[in-house]
Formats: sequence, C-alpha cells, structure tokens
Amino acid sequence: MGYTKRFDGRKSFDELRPISAKAGVVLRANGSAMFQIGKTVALAAVYGPRELHPKSMQNPKTGILRCFYEMMPFSGSGERVRPGPNRRAKEISMVTEKALLPVLDLKDYPNSVVDIFINFPQTDAGSRCAGICAASIALADAGIPMKDLVCAVAVGKVDDKVVVDLNYDEEAYEDGPVADIPMALVPSTGEISLLQMDGEISKDDLIKALEMGKKSLVKIYELQQKALKEKYKPIEGNGE
Amino acid sequence: MKMITMNDDLKKHLNDSLMKGVRYDGRKLDEYRKIVVETGISKSAEGSARVLIGETEVLVGIKLSVDKPYPDTPNEGCLMVDAQLLPLSSPEFETGPPDIQAIELARVVDRGVREAKTIDMKKLCIKKGEKVWMVSIDVCTVNDAGNLLDASALGAVAALKDARFPEYDDVSVDYKKHTDKKLPLTKIPVAVTIYKIGDMFLVDPLPEEERIFDAKLTVTTTKDGKICAMQKGGDLPLKIEDIKKMVEIGVEKAKELLKSI
Repeated sequence: MGYTKRFDGRKSFDELRPISAKAGVVLRANGSAMFQIGKTVALAAVYGPRELHPKSMQNPKTGILRCFYEMMPFSGSGERVRPGPNRRAKEISMVTEKALLPVLDLKDYPNSVVDIFINFPQTDAGSRCAGICAASIALADAGIPMKDLVCAVAVGKVDDKVVVDLNYDEEAYEDGPVADIPMALVPSTGEISLLQMDGEISKDDLIKALEMGKKSLVKIYELQQKALKEKYKPIEGNGE
Repeated sequence: MKMITMNDDLKKHLNDSLMKGVRYDGRKLDEYRKIVVETGISKSAEGSARVLIGETEVLVGIKLSVDKPYPDTPNEGCLMVDAQLLPLSSPEFETGPPDIQAIELARVVDRGVREAKTIDMKKLCIKKGEKVWMVSIDVCTVNDAGNLLDASALGAVAALKDARFPEYDDVSVDYKKHTDKKLPLTKIPVAVTIYKIGDMFLVDPLPEEERIFDAKLTVTTTKDGKICAMQKGGDLPLKIEDIKKMVEIGVEKAKELLKSI
C-alpha cells in the first residue's frame, strides 16, 4: 500500500505546512521573533550581549551563546507538560546552540553571553526546527553579528515515501517504518548545522531526504528574511 | 531575581510627576492601558487566551485531565494554577525553579478563581472518590511591561470561558477530539491591583512605577461587587482609609475589565 496521500492534505511530499514569521514580538527583548509552521508556534527572544553570571563561565576571548528551549505547559499534543527543564528540553537546547553557533561571531563580546529563550504556545511536531528558525530571526533582530541566518526543517520517511516537514500524525504513523530527521542549514555555505535522526532509513533515502530538505529550506530562508525586512522597512515618503 | 536599581533622579522625577497627577506615559492615575483579549490562541490547550495590556502580554492555557480527587473532597474536581515568569519576557526574569514572584502571582490568581467559586467543582466529578476532572491553569508571560498580575487573572478567566472538554471514554482522554462541552462556570472574578505611591493611588503600573511603589493591594471582585480575594504587597503598611479607597477603585475598575472578556 504505502503512504499515498498526506494526512493534512498537502499535495506533495516535499510541501511545507503554511508558514508565518514575524520579527519583534517581545518588546522587552533585544531581539525577538515568532515562527509558525502548521500548528507549531515558536517564540524566541534574545537578551544580550550581557554580563555573564556565574563569572566562572566567562570567556575572556569571546562571548558565549546560551539557548533555552521550553514548551509551555499547555503546548503538548497530549497531557499537560510539566514546566521546568527536563532531559529532552536540555538536549534540544544544546543542539539548538550548536545549530546556531556556526553563523555567529561573538569575539567582540568577551566575558559576555547572548541568551536565547525559545518557548512554544502550541506544537504539532517540528518544534526544535521552528525554534531554530525563530531564534535565528531573533538574533538578527537583536543586531548580533551574523554571517547568515540558519533555517531548519524536519525531513524523513513515512512508510515508502521520503517527506519534508513531518507533522505529528506522520511522526506517529503506524503502518510502516518512519524516520524523523530534524536538519538545520546554513544556506550560504550549504552546510548542515543540526542533524538528528530517529526511526529507520536507508543511506540513499537519507541523502535524498537531506537534498529535498535543502530545497524546501529556500522558502523558509526567504520568509525569515522577509520577516526582518518587514520590521526594518524604510520609512516611506520624505526621505530628504 | 536580579533587581535593577533605578537612577535616583529618575525616581524623583517619577515621584514629582505623580504628585502632579501625571504619569510616565501620560495616563491618568486610574487609567488602564488598552486591553485586548483574544481566545483560542493555542490549539494544544483545551482553552486558551492572550491578554495584552498595553505592551504587556501573557498567554494562559487550560489543560483538562482525569485524576483522583483529593481525599477531603471526593466528589469535587481539582484546580491548579501555575505561572511561569518566562526569561523570554523580561531581562529581569531568570531560568530555574519559580521564584517567589511567580509563586505569589499563581497563588493570587488561584485564590480569585477558587474563592469566587468560578468553577462548579461538583460538576467535575466523574465517579465519587475515584475519578474527577482536573483543571490546570498555566500562565506564561511573553512580555513584561508591567501589571502581569491583572493580565494573568484576566487571562485565566478568559481561557476558562474558552475551554472545551476533550473526549473521554471512561478509560482515557482523547486530546485530539474536543467536544462542544464547556466548563461549568458560575461567577467570574476580576483582579485589580491598586498601587500606593506617596499619597497617590494608581492602577496598571509600568515597570518603572512597579519599582517605586510603597504598597499595593490586589482586590479580586465578582460582578455583584463582592470581594473574593485580596493580597497586600509592598514594604509599607496601609491605613484603613487607604484600603477603603483602594477597594473602591478595585470594584470600579473591575467593571471596566470585565467588558474585555
């Protein structure tokens, strides 16, 4: 039989869910963004560069980046999620940090920290990727020196099909093997800065999935830039 | 929590202006900023609301689950209120377990809802002594531009009004399927926090005003003007005539806030 038609009615296996992105959603923060893909909504706020405590963590050669991924208690697809950092959130925070680091240069901010807080009012799979997309817009919004934005999406396999942007129903598909592969891309170099996988996939399909993801990410990249341009559009009229 | 110590000149400036009845952002002393309440903002929650008071933003979500009742109330549902002052929402909030400010906020919101008997808890009983519905109210702050408490309390009732039961077949809850059934709600509480600075009383403070107040009183009332919960805060004590004045303001302003939900 195989997986013939996407559960949420998307027409092709490389089609992304509807996306909206906005910069500047948390006014107290130095930079912030909202990134929504399907029913997954990520909010990201950047604070810093600011003084780093405890002092023992300070690096006199460079500023450091800290990410904090956390779901809001009512944002899970099932029961209430207990607040506070659990093992899953800690791991995702760490891989998010690594996904963003390649585009950052914090050498001008010795002993400082750039904190990124990523929270989710609602989720439907793909939250770490949505979080990375939001965080990268927020970093740019905060004016942190960056070589590029980072864009991310989950790719994978549902039964016999290689797919892009799995939703929760696809991740939970039961009639065949599933592979879930969150990936993040630095578009200017084509390099992958986040790669995780669980499930089952062949080597050929893995490469195919990554290539498909890379193509689909062009659209996310455009929407991230658009969100930033929207916030910083020039004032019309009297330019003189 | 890290306290930001204010420039003494700024404090004096704010104080002097307040004495003339002028606030930092030009509002009257008893004037709220624009209030916008939107419900259904989280598809994952059984009920949800976003409250904007000026630039302050809080999200409130309701989760419903089936649990054992407390031994002393075997035929009543359970209520829990929790608050996350997310570090996302202010440079002053830090990661880690909830600090006293978050705990107090959650408890004051909880008392309002509980004591107004907003939810008919007996109707949440599925099987006496064994199974009842548990209502969890979670407040998450998104942007702290002052007055998180009033915003949170307002969000809690807006989210409760928005909530729909998920399907339950006596064994497990199916969170993917929501029924049309609403929570059994009765009286709606509204919390208004009144701040005393010198001899002035004001509502809906900005973060700057929250740093210089002498005393505050949160007054939670229902539509009939009855008080169902209070909380005094701040370092200085209040006179009985202060309390009288503050309760009057609270009752009056509650009518205004009630219109937004």
